[in-house]
Amino acid sequence: MATTILQIDDLHVSFQVYEGTLRVLNGVSFGVDGSQRVGLVGEAGCGKTTTMRCVLGILQTPPGRITQGRILFHDKNLLKMSQGEFQKIRGSGISMIFQDPVAALNPVFTVGDQISSVIRYGGHQKASAKAIKARAVEALHEVRLPDPERMFASYPVQLSGGMRQRVCIAMALATEPDVMIADEPTTALDVTIQAQVLRLLDALVSRHGTSVIFITHSLGVVREMADWVYVMYAGSIVEGALKDELFERPLHPYTLGLMGEESRRGSPGAFQTTSIRRVDVDSIPAAPRRRRSVVESGPN
Amino acid sequence: MIAVRNDTLVVEDLKKFFTTTRGVVRAVDRVSFALGEGETLGLVGESGSGKSTVAYTVIGLFAPTSGRMLFEGKDISKTVWKRPRELTQAIQIVFQDPGTSLNPRRSVQQILELPLQVHRIGTRHDRKRRVIELLQRVELPEDYLYKSPHMLGGGERQMIAVARALATGPRLILLDEPTSALDVSIQAKIINMLLRFQKEMHLAYLFITHDLSLMRNVATRVAIMYLGRVCEIAPTDKFFRNPTHPYTQMLLSSIPVVSKEEEAVKPAQIVSTGEIPSPVNVPPGCGFHTRCTVCSTPCSESEPQMVEVEEGHFVSCLHFPPPADAESVQTR
Repeated sequence: MATTILQIDDLHVSFQVYEGTLRVLNGVSFGVDGSQRVGLVGEAGCGKTTTMRCVLGILQTPPGRITQGRILFHDKNLLKMSQGEFQKIRGSGISMIFQDPVAALNPVFTVGDQISSVIRYGGHQKASAKAIKARAVEALHEVRLPDPERMFASYPVQLSGGMRQRVCIAMALATEPDVMIADEPTTALDVTIQAQVLRLLDALVSRHGTSVIFITHSLGVVREMADWVYVMYAGSIVEGALKDELFERPLHPYTLGLMGEESRRGSPGAFQTTSIRRVDVDSIPAAPRRRRSVVESGPN
Repeated sequence: MIAVRNDTLVVEDLKKFFTTTRGVVRAVDRVSFALGEGETLGLVGESGSGKSTVAYTVIGLFAPTSGRMLFEGKDISKTVWKRPRELTQAIQIVFQDPGTSLNPRRSVQQILELPLQVHRIGTRHDRKRRVIELLQRVELPEDYLYKSPHMLGGGERQMIAVARALATGPRLILLDEPTSALDVSIQAKIINMLLRFQKEMHLAYLFITHDLSLMRNVATRVAIMYLGRVCEIAPTDKFFRNPTHPYTQMLLSSIPVVSKEEEAVKPAQIVSTGEIPSPVNVPPGCGFHTRCTVCSTPCSESEPQMVEVEEGHFVSCLHFPPPADAESVQTR
């Protein structure tokens, strides 16, 4: 059995808002082994991104608060660490690709500046500027950007969406982290570009042996990328299984609902009306953005 | 390819170019299609393919550079401000992002009443009743009248946008990616509602999307756009049974699926390469040749023509040459 690199245990997070306390995460637990690819699926507001923000220590506090649980990275509890210790892990031990490459890149610095600073603060403080540049150009080359030297000197606005996301991937992998978190890395991209980016990620991760946590709302993407899948709903993991197991025998009604929804879109025939059951979301402590909306459930 | 029948909307050789400091952007280039009553045409393409520009030109936000648009036989090749009011009433649009298409400072009642005021529908007293009816139509409770858009969820906002489009009793609605900002479960609800309205009111939809798999269940016909041009257009069943254009095949094979059965119906894996070129600098010949897997020399030299490969199924690719007799007619 491979060693567990990252272990999240019984994580509880709540947010203080005007209306009261929102319990956003209610005991999330899962582990990531070396070179494993974990998929985390769920709809908007279910707590996927909040979980990952806790792992990176970038949860906004206040209003957020981790009330319970621990996150072990190489058997050390990240939640008990000082900012200084955490800073050493962030970037070089755990890195992240954000959903929106436009927001993730600073528009007033060149791509090269931004990758260089990631490399410098990711454990190469003493390296020469030349060595850092060489490493940055290599990272850009690795994500198959044409003419990496020119890319190094360009600003994010000069690149297309797909190219920007490649730059983000280069940044996330430049320091060779143990775990990479990919938060909806292809949601903002067109489907043909999505296919390219997924193929690239797949190749890079295999080559480096990086563990990946793949956050997405698309089961199709998870099916292509993950070994192990967790389905999240309203701040809890409702189902977790090996990929093939989950797609062949989904058990939780919510998973079935999600799957039905996606395959119906792709299957021929009439668009079937799904039975929509009104769920009193007020009693469910998460999904704050969908307070009065209707939640899909049930396989039929 | 334009049939002479009672079509709700006919678009012929539509061009829309924009002049910028870096050159002319050929956003829409020789696009033709027709749309009948009760039909849905799915206009599919990547970002930058010009699909939204088509919608904005049809609704009249842009004046076409050249080409003709007919709505129920009447010419609408001009901006909305120059069109007769009864035509603007009959064509409505739902935008992609309800967060920005609804005025944040107005209540739902004000938002829904505005089209009624503009088109002088009903008396002042009458209008409130109509607004409540519209809310009931989209299955929202009456007390939403006094809410403002920021108090609503994304799906509910889009319902209000749909209700606003229905307010004037249109016959054609342009749907510009109405569900791409929403979660799958809410998406399904909105789509089902749109399909029900279409049946009840015999609406024609021009459904713009980048989500090809959604079109399988929604559209009666599908048109694929690439770099301002339509490269394939066909009735939905023929389109998915026999996707012909290399770009269509690349699109279809790029969609991630959730089951093995679906994988079986996908075309053979075509590896997607390259990106859509800038419309300022359209490659010569076939616009797709820079990414095409079956590209040959003539592709970068001559422009492909629309060719009917089976009944109602048109493709614009040099690998499907026009029938010999048609060619001889052209050369003569």
